[in-house]
Amino acid sequence: MHFNVNGRDHEVEPDSRTSLLDLLREHLRLTGTKKGCDQGACGACTVLVDGVRINSCLALAVQYQDRAITTVEGLEADSGLHALQQAFIAHDGFQCGYCTPGQVCSAIGMAKELERGIPSALTEDLCAMSMAWTRDEIRERMSGNLCRCGAYNGIVTAIETTFAGESAR
Amino acid sequence: MMPFNYARARDPADAVRLAAGRTEARFLGGGTNLVDLMRESVEVPKTLIDVTELSQEITARDDGSLLIGAGVKNTTIAADRRVRERFPLLARAILSGASGQIRNMATVGGNIMQRTRCYYFYDESARCNKRTPGAGCDAIDGFNRIHAILGASPACVATHPSDMCVALAALDASVHTVSATGHRTLKLADLHRLPGDTPHIETELAPGELITAVGIPPCSFATRSVYRKVRDRASYAFALVSVAAALDLTDNGTVRDVRIALGGVAHKPWRAEKAEAALRGGQATEASFQLAADAELKEARGLRHNAFKIELARRTLVACLAELSRRDEK
Ligand SMILES: Cc1cc2nc3c(=O)[nH]c(=O)nc-3n(C[C@H](O)[C@H](O)[C@H](O)COP(=O)(O)OP(=O)(O)OC[C@H]3O[C@@H](n4cnc5c(N)ncnc54)[C@H](O)[C@@H]3O)c2cc1C
Ligand code: FES
Ligand code: FES
Repeated sequence: MHFNVNGRDHEVEPDSRTSLLDLLREHLRLTGTKKGCDQGACGACTVLVDGVRINSCLALAVQYQDRAITTVEGLEADSGLHALQQAFIAHDGFQCGYCTPGQVCSAIGMAKELERGIPSALTEDLCAMSMAWTRDEIRERMSGNLCRCGAYNGIVTAIETTFAGESAR
Repeated sequence: MMPFNYARARDPADAVRLAAGRTEARFLGGGTNLVDLMRESVEVPKTLIDVTELSQEITARDDGSLLIGAGVKNTTIAADRRVRERFPLLARAILSGASGQIRNMATVGGNIMQRTRCYYFYDESARCNKRTPGAGCDAIDGFNRIHAILGASPACVATHPSDMCVALAALDASVHTVSATGHRTLKLADLHRLPGDTPHIETELAPGELITAVGIPPCSFATRSVYRKVRDRASYAFALVSVAAALDLTDNGTVRDVRIALGGVAHKPWRAEKAEAALRGGQATEASFQLAADAELKEARGLRHNAFKIELARRTLVACLAELSRRDEK
């Protein structure tokens, strides 16, 4: 089977039972993506597939052949860390760091959703095609990512400063 | 997890053919429920038929109706402009469910067919009539805070966990299916069954019957609708009680029409027909909302830990109707 991860092609023959998370960690040795609960409840395993965030623990790898998969290892550019990764450092968006790869990938997917005008449960006017980057919107949209260390305030600030820029301040 | 064969269906007919005669085959959507249940050995399919690439369209007709393909992702529905404009309660119900990541994976077909979140159903060491018919139910005398208050039976008190289905029930949606015996359409409100003596038979669908689409008929007053979900935390939690409602008032404040469905309270999304009947043709007042809620919940029965849900459902329903009637005055 053919998998494209972080722009690189891989030929692997995983068992049909293998989750995308285990494929990344155990077969491709990309251990940046973390396993927290293995049941969709924590978000530690969040990766991007064609730019869309999903939980890789509930995804069977066979379903994701030939798709463009991005993990935390794929975010760094020649110029260094992704701006959001820098912001996590600057704003104390983590303590132990276990949830961080999932938080970062999730926030990048979430930012695209918000920019495309996809509403959230908090969005007041459903017919509006653009939404404000409020802290409450960020919290609601990031609720699928738990942080046992409780670094939420720093996480929200890191996301806000990276994507909302001056407009939200 | 037990080994299984994986096959990707090219079209609905292909999916039905692959499932024919194989009682241990399952259709695979986003896998967000099925993969979890396979890990717990609650589901042990020998074949998974991937149907995520089928029926990806949302089609709008001029009469105001919508046809949503079974493979459409939950996020795609909530993002669709026509859904947001015509059926805001559906967008809101979906957005209140699960997380952004899960909504990006979950399909319409999988959401409808997702199974209960009863802890004893998931726990292989517990007794569960749904998992093993005749085994008994550990929830009835166990920890039953999240369980049913309406339509339960001595065999099963589980609830159906979907938010989306509650809005679809209120909207009179229909479900289109195809199987070896042909195509058929049934009402979403009739698709899920009450537990009775056979809680392991959860829907009217036959084994190997594939959901291809959900149809939503026109409902002009659905633009004035709410979905309110009460839960243990503000986001990313299943409903204790939820209410989907739409209200149509005449200029002098009489209820011309109303749609109500309740979630988190029964083995199926609960269309509140008694409350609707009590309201239609009457004045929209706080007192009439109370009477309507009483009519619907008269037969509600609490267990040791969930009796609070009866009052919670009553108050949530009254609050939703009050909100809609105020919104109408503007
Ligand atoms: C942590 C967590 C929190 C959640 N919170 C919520 C919540 O708050 N509210 C809520 O509503 N839901 C919630 N969910 C449940 C989620 O909505 C469902 O898991 C999801 O909708 C299932 O869709 P799927 O495509 O992944 O289905 P799958 O897991 O692929 O399949 C589920 C079932 O549907 C069957 N099926 C799939 N497609 C078809 C078809 N076309 N025809 C016939 N049968 C089919 C499968 O065989 C299987 O039995 C939560 C899930 C998780 C893991
Ligand atoms: S490991 Fe996937 S959500 Fe927790
Ligand atoms: S930083 Fe430790 S879990 Fe989030």
